[in-house]
Formats: sequence, structure tokens, C-alpha cells
Amino acid sequence: MTKELTGNEIKSTLNENYYSLIDSVEVDHIVLKNEKEKLLSFFENLKNEKKFNLLSSVTSVDFLSKFVVVYHFTSIEKNESLVIKIPCGESRTEPSVLSITSVWRGAELQEREIYDLMGIYFDNHPNMKRLLLWENFDGHPLRKDFVN
Amino acid sequence: MSTELVTMNIGPIHPSTHGVFRMRVTFDGETIIDAEPIIGYLHRGSEKLAEERTYTQIVTLTDRMDYTASMTNNQAYILSVEKLSGIKPAERGVWLRMIAAELQRVAAHSVAIGFLINDLGAWHTPLLYLLREREKILELFEMMCGARITNSYLRPGGVFMDAPDEFWPALNRFLDEMPERLNDIENLLTDNEIIIARTQNVAVLDKDDAINASITGPMLRASGVDWDLRHRNPYDFYDKVSFRRPLGTVGDNNDRYLVRLHEIRESLKIIEQCLDLIEPGPIKPDEVPFLVRPPEGDSYVPIEAPKGELGFYLVSDGGISPFRCHVRAPSLMNLTLLRDMVIGYKIADLFVTFGSVDVNMGEVDR
Repeated sequence: MTKELTGNEIKSTLNENYYSLIDSVEVDHIVLKNEKEKLLSFFENLKNEKKFNLLSSVTSVDFLSKFVVVYHFTSIEKNESLVIKIPCGESRTEPSVLSITSVWRGAELQEREIYDLMGIYFDNHPNMKRLLLWENFDGHPLRKDFVN
Repeated sequence: MSTELVTMNIGPIHPSTHGVFRMRVTFDGETIIDAEPIIGYLHRGSEKLAEERTYTQIVTLTDRMDYTASMTNNQAYILSVEKLSGIKPAERGVWLRMIAAELQRVAAHSVAIGFLINDLGAWHTPLLYLLREREKILELFEMMCGARITNSYLRPGGVFMDAPDEFWPALNRFLDEMPERLNDIENLLTDNEIIIARTQNVAVLDKDDAINASITGPMLRASGVDWDLRHRNPYDFYDKVSFRRPLGTVGDNNDRYLVRLHEIRESLKIIEQCLDLIEPGPIKPDEVPFLVRPPEGDSYVPIEAPKGELGFYLVSDGGISPFRCHVRAPSLMNLTLLRDMVIGYKIADLFVTFGSVDVNMGEVDR
């Protein structure tokens, strides 16, 4: 059975020098601060040292007060999974987080999909353009305030 | 001799693109030097539609994602709803949906193999052999729930109706006949010289690259990674049945074909074990309300669909429809490395590789 790590277990898995990144520890996930300059080394550490090598899914939720990017990671070796959430775009103008495509290739199409449908920009993505809709489409349909 | 690069558009309407897949491919002579997949021609906004429907109504939307594997789509969605709302499913309902899911895997892999061979140039004969077997499964589904492809068979807590009495002898007859039909197909295809020449050592996918690109399912196992969620994270009653997990060694197109073929046999074994273990009883607990109202929260339950890890990320705000419904579509992720896999090969290998990846455009575009 894949062990779904609780918030506290995720925190104890991480290196202590990344504790400053943690915004809050919830029951089944942790919330990280959107500090782009530190996140890349955090994710590299998660993949290479903590062996969470399979990125199950990246997605995002629009809560109107903020956007939340949700990451599901799995470790094939340890058979464990964990959830990380990063809130962004409190002002709703040009929300952005750091792209993890350079660490996990699997994020490439999913981040493009999020940009396409929810309008969250991923910094340093190699090919940040719409995936499903056409280039001149106006707006991002999965946003809660989208009006057709 | 100087040559000029040619950029060509393939699809979206093309018999070998399995739906509406489009590629912009650059060739040097016949050799591929760049390939850019362009998708979105079948985008129906299922995730947005789900935000305006009740939890039970969304089951019909999931049918139309991977339309060659509706039962497993239903299963992934229902498991996520059950986790979110804390519904404990009825035992007979779970066995019935496991039988349905494994039959669906046989059907989906038959389609995958058939169209792969079709892409190789063996026009129609092997494909029709496999579609004939799939047809028998669709008839079984028709007995189970009245629909052949868009089943909507599962409900939170189990299934919506019990299989009728005539279903069981028909299923047994299918289980008796299918191994022999598989032998025929194997004799016809596996050692075929042309198929070996065209698929062996073509589009080799490395183990680590595959994991890094979130590739799952038969494609990952063909690269030699023993990762099957039915075994590593047994949902439903998969911990009560035993099955082998066929693995590839090279990770080429031939391995991807062989892994699928052997998985069909394992699925048949799982169905036989389910038949021994299933007992009479309710198919759905009575206390499950018609309008499910899960408490606030989110859930994600990954399952092993025929194409790979399929999961529904649901966010509830306590209402009758989900606040957000995201589909982790294996077909989309498996396309990530298509470009890297085909570069350096010939134009004819492009379609074979695309066929061996086995994507379903309904699921890629949603």
C-alpha cells in the first residue's frame, strides 16, 4: 500500500534548512511559501535525495481569494506519496510560480495546461504557451470569475 | 549532395492519428529531426462542466474521456468520491466493478495492439481479430448495464445494478475461449518477421527518462520498472487476488506490444479469481444518498487504468457538485517524450511509435 504521508511526516522528511520555506503544516499536506529563488533547490533535493522521483500530478485550484498550485509526488523506491501546495496570485493579476519542468519533465504539458485554463504563469518554463485552446483565446476558462 | 529540410503537417484528420492528434514534423529526407505535438481538437471542457453537475452526473462525463476504457474511468472517479465523502462500498459492488475493470483492460489492450499492428501496415486482418474479441466484452457490458461503450456503471458505494443471471455463463464462456484466441494472435504476430524488424530497438525509452517524464502504465513497465498500482497501492480488492506483472527489458516498441499482450492474460486470471470470491449480497449500501454531499476537503486516488496512472483530484466546498475536478490523464503525460523518442528515426517509425504509446485523444484533450 502506498503510504500517504501526513503533514508532520512530510515535514520530518525534509531537510531542516528548508523549514523556512514552510508556511503551514496541515493534516495531509504542507503549504510552502512562493519563494521562487529557494524552491528550485528544494525540489531538486526532494527528487534526488528524498527519492520522490515520480511526479504524479500538478494541478491548480482557484479559490477567488488566491490560486493554489497542488503537487502530488510519489516515491517508487519507498512507495510513499506526499502532497505540496503553493498559494499564489492573491491580487489576481499575473499569478506566477516557479516551473519544475527542469527537474521533472512530466510537468511540461501539465504546467502548460494550467497556464492555458487557469492563467497561472510558470517562470523558466521552456515553452510557456497555450496547450488545449488556441493562441488568441480570450481569458482562462477554469477561473471562477470567467464569463463566456 | 545538399538537402533541404521539409516541415510537414500530419493530422488532425488522419487514420493513423487515433482520433484528432496533430504533429508538425520536420524531416531531413526521410529522417525525423523535430516533431511537435499539437493537441486540443477534442477539448470539451469536461473539468469545467463537472463544476456544474452533481457527483452522480459526473460519472457520465468520465465515460467520454478515455472512451475505450469507460469502466476504469468510472472506477477512478468513484474511488475519489468515496474517499472524499467517506462512503464504504458494498462488497459485491466492489467485486462487480473489479470484474468490469479487468474486462475493460482486456478490451482496451486489444484495441491498443490492434491499432498498433494496423499502423505497422498489416491492414485490418489482425485488427479485426482483436476487435472481434472486444465485441464480446462489449456484449458482456451490455448485459451488465445496458450500454456498450459509455457505461456509467459505477455509483458511489458500488454499482447501479447487479449483473443478470445470463451474464455469468456468458462470462465463463468468454474466459474459456479467450486464451485460445490469444494464442492465435500470438502465433500470428509475436514472431512475425516484419513486426520484429519494424518494432525491435525502435524508439527505445530509458527507465529513468520514463519515470522523470511521469510516464506510467504499460509504457513504464515495458521500460523495466515494476510499478503497477494494483500491486503497489491495491485499491478495491486487488490485495485479495494475485497476478504477475509482465516487464519489458529494452523499452522499445516491441516490449510495449508484448507487455500489453501478457497483461491481457493476467487480467483474465484476475477475473477468474473474482468469480471464485464474489458472493451474493447488496450491490450498494442503502445509506448512500442520491445527492452526495462530501464535507469540505480534497481527495486524489490514483488507479491503474489501461493507459497508466489515472486519478481524479476533487475539491469539495460542501455542496452537491465539486468545487474543482481535475483529471490526471495518463495519455497526456505519456505524450511528453514522444518528440524525444522519434527523433532520428524514419517517418514510417513515427506512426508505429505513436501507436505503441497508445493514447486516446478523448483523454488527452478532455
